[in-house]
Amino acid sequence: MKNLLILGAGTSGTMMANHLVKKLPKKEWKITIVDQYKTHYYQPGFLFLPFDIYSSKQVKKKGSKFIPKGVDYINDKIELIVPEENKVQLENGENINYDILIVATGTKIAPEEIEGMSGPEWYKSIFDFYTYEGAKALRNKLREWEGGKLVVHITEMPIKCPVAPLEFAFLADSYFRNKGMRDKVDITFVTPLGGAFTKPKATKALHYLLEEKGIKEVTDFNIERVDYENNKIIDYADTEVEYDLLVTVPTNMGDEVIERSGMGDDLNFVPTHKGTLQTLDHENIFAIGDATNLPASKAGSVAHFEAEILTENILRYIKGEKLKDEFDGHANCFIETGNGKALLIDFNYTHEPVEGTFPFPGVGPLKLLKESRTNHMGKMAFKWVYWNMLIKGVHIPFVSATMSEKGKKFDIKAN
Amino acid sequence: MDLNIAGIRLDVTEDGYLTDVSQWNKEIAIEIAKKEGIELTDKHWEVISWIQEQVKNEVALSIRGIKKSGVLNIKEFYALFPGGPLKKATKIAGVPKPKSCI
Ligand SMILES: Cc1cc2nc3c(=O)[nH]c(=O)nc-3n(C[C@H](O)[C@H](O)[C@H](O)COP(=O)(O)OP(=O)(O)OC[C@H]3O[C@@H](n4cnc5c(N)ncnc54)[C@H](O)[C@@H]3O)c2cc1C
Repeated sequence: MKNLLILGAGTSGTMMANHLVKKLPKKEWKITIVDQYKTHYYQPGFLFLPFDIYSSKQVKKKGSKFIPKGVDYINDKIELIVPEENKVQLENGENINYDILIVATGTKIAPEEIEGMSGPEWYKSIFDFYTYEGAKALRNKLREWEGGKLVVHITEMPIKCPVAPLEFAFLADSYFRNKGMRDKVDITFVTPLGGAFTKPKATKALHYLLEEKGIKEVTDFNIERVDYENNKIIDYADTEVEYDLLVTVPTNMGDEVIERSGMGDDLNFVPTHKGTLQTLDHENIFAIGDATNLPASKAGSVAHFEAEILTENILRYIKGEKLKDEFDGHANCFIETGNGKALLIDFNYTHEPVEGTFPFPGVGPLKLLKESRTNHMGKMAFKWVYWNMLIKGVHIPFVSATMSEKGKKFDIKAN
Repeated sequence: MDLNIAGIRLDVTEDGYLTDVSQWNKEIAIEIAKKEGIELTDKHWEVISWIQEQVKNEVALSIRGIKKSGVLNIKEFYALFPGGPLKKATKIAGVPKPKSCI
């Protein structure tokens, strides 16, 4: 009997378990998946929780519901990966040997990287919404907040779902409008990048949204510290931005287990081959999703595309065949723009977000880079697709793992 | 676009980055720096060669990476290249503009 071990039962790990259980012969392969939590969180829902659009029940479910029969599901913290001995140590002291390992431990926030961020004002006037705890604490704060300076802030790149902070600013605009208190709230978006959108083409097409909603923008802001006593964030150029309520996306890092095991880069991301998803240091270790160092967006949709290619490559690896070098960084994401509208963007390693329609070239139904109500419905439907199809590894019709160039208007190539 | 420096025509991108790294030399660096309002000192040159070395080894440049450069800290980096230090330093070093990850 051989062992295939998956570390992390989040979006990517759960998808891989569902794909592989159907492909690997049961008599030859035992599949095991480990996660520290019994709960599976729907992270895209953390964006909506603070605004009372989703309830806390809608963003968490029992993890075991999504792990298929025939897969061994272990709830424990992973202590160490020992690649030289092909084994993984759990916190309870147990060792698991593997023939093939899939690292799917994701990324999490590290507010302690910035002085003053996770200090005494954490969850009082400084919040994140990238964790269940943060999003819920922020919801409670917003329910009673009387207004003032709201600063929505990105600490440093890369972060998962890079458009979520901007969506947060858009939704905040709608939220305070609906509460009849928009005039009491000043919204500023602060980013280390040169603009609110990370790709120049998207910036050009979408900047009007910020103007329309009266959201101020501070760019090229590399935070040095939070001066929580005087309610301001300060960057290395000594620029200061004052806040009454700071909603920040702290530094995103891979889990400490990657660091402890000596398998990561500066931010604990695992160096991984861009096209095959094999790790660069170990033949029998693969990585998927947010845990990798790929220059692709860290998003569930990306993990979905990766999962199809990784499944194929695991089968090839077992047979001793050459791996498919095919992943192109394909990402698509809905951008919630408030007032019941959203945008859809689609891009990969080399192409910037493009205008056109998706997934049926030229017809739609979802419009890339154009704000519409259909896209908003798409974003909301994504929750259903996520729980019922995506993590269960059901193929989503009409959406392929590599990007289609049909029906999209290309003109600029990103470099 | 092109740029005329010390009598030489250089191809540059929309934001003024050299498109052909092999065209770079110290004279050109001094001129680009002047346009950015920076007078190059020994420390600047040290940073410039460190940046070129990183790019040669295909290490992605970032503000965080400066912490581990062993050449200077982030505060000093900002003092040497006021404004957008990473953007300015790479432009002067003749290497491509760092990609901000998506
Ligand atoms: C606010 C927000 C909005 C988002 N919106 C979208 C969106 O609209 N569309 C989209 O596609 N994506 C979105 N995302 C991103 C998406 O949620 C992630 O990219 C996706 O969940 C990544 O999956 P993953 O399996 O790689 O990591 P995760 O789902 O984070 O899973 C990692 C798992 O590993 C476990 N783990 C880690 N270390 C250990 C350890 N030492 N021991 C045991 N277990 C461990 C964790 O408990 C976790 O369950 C959003 C994310 C956030 C935070």
